[in-house]
Amino acid sequence: MDFTLMVTSLPKLLIAAAVTLKLLSLSLLFGIFIGLLFAILRLNKNPLINKFAYGYSYIFRGTPLLVQIFLIYFGLGQIEYFRSTFLWVVFKEPYWCAIIAFALNTGAYTSEILRSAFQTIKPGIVEAGKSLGVSSKIIFYKIQIPIAIRQSLPAYGNEIILMMKGTSLASTVTLMDITGVAKYIISTSFKPIEVFIVAGGIYLFMTFVIHNIIKFFEKKYSF
Amino acid sequence: MNILKKFSLGLLITLFLTISANADKIRIGTEGAYPPWNSKDASGKLIGFEVELAWTLCRYIGQQCEMVEQDWDGMIPGLIIKKFDVIMAGMSITDERLKTINFSQGYADEVASLAVMKGSSLEGMDTPAGINLSKPNSAAKKALKTITAALAGKTVCVQTATIHQNFLDSGDVGKVNVRTYKTQDEVNLDLTSGRCDAALAAAVAFSDYAEKSGKPVVLVGPTFSGGAFGNGVGVGIRKDDTELLKAFNSAINKARKNGDISRIATKWFGFDASM
Repeated sequence: MDFTLMVTSLPKLLIAAAVTLKLLSLSLLFGIFIGLLFAILRLNKNPLINKFAYGYSYIFRGTPLLVQIFLIYFGLGQIEYFRSTFLWVVFKEPYWCAIIAFALNTGAYTSEILRSAFQTIKPGIVEAGKSLGVSSKIIFYKIQIPIAIRQSLPAYGNEIILMMKGTSLASTVTLMDITGVAKYIISTSFKPIEVFIVAGGIYLFMTFVIHNIIKFFEKKYSF
Repeated sequence: MNILKKFSLGLLITLFLTISANADKIRIGTEGAYPPWNSKDASGKLIGFEVELAWTLCRYIGQQCEMVEQDWDGMIPGLIIKKFDVIMAGMSITDERLKTINFSQGYADEVASLAVMKGSSLEGMDTPAGINLSKPNSAAKKALKTITAALAGKTVCVQTATIHQNFLDSGDVGKVNVRTYKTQDEVNLDLTSGRCDAALAAAVAFSDYAEKSGKPVVLVGPTFSGGAFGNGVGVGIRKDDTELLKAFNSAINKARKNGDISRIATKWFGFDASM
């Protein structure tokens, strides 16, 4: 065990943790909007609309995240026509390719989490609102959405942790996140065990923090 | 329970047999993704200069060999944890690697070169055909200055943990944006997509790609050797395996004397890259 290497690589990996956190928070931010939108589309009565939403979540939950990120980064980059469009400004950057892939992936899972949360709301609650003469718009925003969010907190907490670990795939498209920097240090020291232990420790600590934040909100909004 | 016992016993015996069957074979680690040094054919079989050379060297040593595939970034760690016994993967002999492992004498030499897409602004740099960084003369120093100016603010792509990455990190050509990839294939893909302004690797890696893909990849600037680029490509061997080191050194001597290395190199590179 090379403890000196572990100590010297810690600050470098902590700086890289900022990249990981940035990737994670932006992906989750975009992902939650995508998730909410597609959850509502899933509950739509029009079969065309809900089949479309189902297809989206089926594709992104049914394929590995690594394949998705490779398709978006290397795949789209190979299409000459695509490179001539304005979209290339965004897709040229590995950073945005990673965020788009992560957001689409977590969006698919979030839409399923929210959909099932909406469906667990007992019809009696909605009927109670209706019988009091509350408009269905207010029932949706003031009753259904808050209950759905509370219901989905434990599952969504898991999704955040899964996504946090998923960001390690950003290193495959040249980004220097925790895993990317760890690989870089290994490439000059040839000591994978020491470096990956430190990197793993940082991921574990991040999981610990996220887990406790979610637990706090679960307690706060329990009923 | 009885079935379980029988099953585990059978498993143990098979495991033991596989281990003992492999015990007298020399396991050779290679990447299989760096043509023409080593790569795979359509059926997934390992081919290339080093694969053919490995069989020749094993014949001289008089022992059976087995090729083991290993991703490039885990090559030296894989040797140390004994996934295989030697490395033959286009690995240049550098001071940095010599701290961790031993190398046999070099069997072939490669020059590195920058590559760009045809029509790039980096084409037409006024530099000599080749520079040696071990003994840089005034022309070489001037060439490095020309390259530094041309690459300022540009993104240069390399495979991770290579001599090419070491060179860019060394600061000899100033501060460029270095992007690292797991395989040379990915470097080639991003060079053609335009995400990389230039790429740095073995000159043959680019000419091989240009020929096979038909993409307009062209070499620019001088070819590099010496310094960060090491002293030729050798067989990587664990430090305590002195017997194996001797065996490979004498096998390389014999193969060189009999003209085997030249013949195989000419077949795969199109020129005699042996040393």
